[in-house]
Amino acid sequence: MEFIPGPAVTRVLCADCGTPIVPNSANLCVACLRNTVDITEGIPKQSSVSFCRNCERFLSPPQAWILARPESQELLALCLKRLKGLNKVRLTEAHFIWTEPHSRRLRVSLTIQKEVLTSTILEQVFEIEYLVHNTQCSDCARLAAKNTWKALVQVRQKVSHKRTFLFLEQLILKHGAQKDTISVKEVRDGLDFFYSQRSHAIKMVEFLNGIVPVRSKNSEQLLSTDTHSNTANYKFTYSVEIAPICKDDLVCIPFKQARTLSNISPLTICTRVGASFQLLDVSTLQSVEISSQIFWRSPFSALAGVTDLVEFTVLDVEPVGTSRGRWVLADAQVALAGAFRSHTGTHGNSEMEMDYETAAESTQIFHTRTHLGAILQPGDTAMGYYLSSSNFNSDDFAKLPADRIPDIILVKKAYPNRRKKGKARNWKLRSIAKEEGEEGETGGGRGVVGRTGGRDQKKVDEDYELFLRDLEEDPELRGAVNLYKAEDVKMKEGRDVGQRRRNGQYGMDVDEEARDAEGTTANGEEEEEEPDFPEVGLDELLEDFDEMTLQDAA
Amino acid sequence: MATRIQFENSSDIGVFSKLTNTYCLTAIQASTNFYSAFESELGDVIPIVHTTIAGTRIVGRMTAGNRHGLLVPSTTTDQELQHLRNSLPDPVAIQRVEERLSALGNVVACNDYIALVHPEIDRETEEIIADVLKVEVFRQTIADNVLVGSYCAISNQGGLVHPKTSIQDQNELSSLLQVPIVAGTVNRGSDVIGAGLVVNDWCAFTGLDTTATEISVIEAAFKLQGQNSSAIIGEMRDSLIDNWA
Repeated sequence: MEFIPGPAVTRVLCADCGTPIVPNSANLCVACLRNTVDITEGIPKQSSVSFCRNCERFLSPPQAWILARPESQELLALCLKRLKGLNKVRLTEAHFIWTEPHSRRLRVSLTIQKEVLTSTILEQVFEIEYLVHNTQCSDCARLAAKNTWKALVQVRQKVSHKRTFLFLEQLILKHGAQKDTISVKEVRDGLDFFYSQRSHAIKMVEFLNGIVPVRSKNSEQLLSTDTHSNTANYKFTYSVEIAPICKDDLVCIPFKQARTLSNISPLTICTRVGASFQLLDVSTLQSVEISSQIFWRSPFSALAGVTDLVEFTVLDVEPVGTSRGRWVLADAQVALAGAFRSHTGTHGNSEMEMDYETAAESTQIFHTRTHLGAILQPGDTAMGYYLSSSNFNSDDFAKLPADRIPDIILVKKAYPNRRKKGKARNWKLRSIAKEEGEEGETGGGRGVVGRTGGRDQKKVDEDYELFLRDLEEDPELRGAVNLYKAEDVKMKEGRDVGQRRRNGQYGMDVDEEARDAEGTTANGEEEEEEPDFPEVGLDELLEDFDEMTLQDAA
Repeated sequence: MATRIQFENSSDIGVFSKLTNTYCLTAIQASTNFYSAFESELGDVIPIVHTTIAGTRIVGRMTAGNRHGLLVPSTTTDQELQHLRNSLPDPVAIQRVEERLSALGNVVACNDYIALVHPEIDRETEEIIADVLKVEVFRQTIADNVLVGSYCAISNQGGLVHPKTSIQDQNELSSLLQVPIVAGTVNRGSDVIGAGLVVNDWCAFTGLDTTATEISVIEAAFKLQGQNSSAIIGEMRDSLIDNWA
């Protein structure tokens, strides 16, 4: 075989070092080209990244702190973002070189391409070392300085019970107003809501303005100020006071003020509380709406509250003929509940007996005028204020002429037999997120309100039960909140069982009317439930309670 | 010897000057540095002419010439032509050429015997080149570039061509020209040889960027350094033969 040389290759001498090279567009050998032009020029070989040791996040300038695992894509992106001259070259590859974590160094190998001279593209691999600086991110700094909140809304109502706050909690939940709340704390006479931003607090105050009669004051505390950049750091506090008047409260309006309010009789009961509240004179059905502005101009307080209500038995109801809305004016004859439970009787109904020791008075029959003419029937039980036996410490009340004070003011119908069964409700409520260290309890009752140990547990339970009853008995109130299905309770079951049992006892068919009539006279051993008990309908309840349980806000 | 010079901060001196064995053209400049560099090398040997061609300073690119003659484009003014006529030695013929490719320096590369021309040049121009410059004319390309004047520099001693000229092409050119041909660069890797280098039989001028390596290549290609022994013997023999024959 003969050696056949391949086609000769043209070579020229490199212009700098004289090495024969295959001619290229620069006509320089690669080494000389490298020597003359540095494509990594303008790219820093060392840089630094900030790292918060507490929350293990990296600073992504200018503001954000991001979570990035070592040697992750996010970290690489962050590192490359730190390099300044990288936009002038073409980055073809980048990867981390392993470094010992305690060295606080990150090393990144980059491969870049850049056009040098005319149409000569040079590629170069080089390393960049990043120093990991320990810094504290603003969140951690605030946490460390115990300066987590920026705005605070203090909601207060100076009454002895917590029902307003229980209702408020449900309203807040329904409207999602607790969304931005950092934490909620129960204090004497109210709640504190904490926010990270002032605007969130203002939103909350506006929300409260829309649903309850409030007045609010704001104040600010200067934390720090920088005269050079003309910035200041404040804490804002909003004090929101709710009018101390609740539904069904007995209110004695100051005489002068009553005159300005369409000359209403001063002794009224509160029938509705919203952004404004409504007072009703039960003897004339005259009602007046008091807005929060008017109220706070000269505030007055309630004479008696729900806890002062006394149970009465209705003996006779005779409508007068006047009616306004759902109220029907009627003359009623009532006696104290238990007035006709004989002391001599065979049934040992001792709790009832104990209610009023003044036996002489207990048998008295009272004549009164009521607004509940539409719902009261003879034999029903009603709750009312027993004015003639009460002693109110109020100047306004004392000024009232004695002949204008009725003995009794009936407020609402009661369902004692229904209550006595003590059966579980088929619905429950949600509660605002728990604070740290609290077990997640849902629906079991108290959320934010009544969780602190300061208050008597029994009183808290009492308030909650009263609130639940209010909800049950007032569809209007119920419409304002979200009720959820309780999984384990069957609807209507208790009632069916009761009827069946009764049938068994009597052992014969009695028609419905007769049975009802018998029931309402309350003469049987087992008392009949009130037929007009305001049952919470299945269609009012929401599903999937547990899935909607709030996550911890922290 | 090869000298490194600059024209107003530009290393492309071939654009602003034209060098042959019997005359030199340089562009007019505010200072006379460029002219002086030529003057110090060429001294009284050949005339150095300050001129413009058609009002421009790019005399090297506009003209083509050798020892026998000078071709100028049709745009050359009468005044310039008269000036050249007065300045150049009498044996040098000057001729205006009506050619579409008016940058004659780019389309014609020649020594005193052979001219390489752009493949698309006019037949009439070709004839004029042959008559005036007293050369054989070949239509050629250099490394697939048609602008033969730009991409090569040739003298009667040798030639430097575009670095990407294949060996085959180099051989072909060298057999046409009957001189050795070398592929190389000027001005630190620039492949536009004609712009960076002007050369005649005994001296060369290159741009200031030209590196030592390139200078050595140029000097070797054009046989500009001290004569090597074989050349001396050859020359001596020629002169002896001239004397004795």
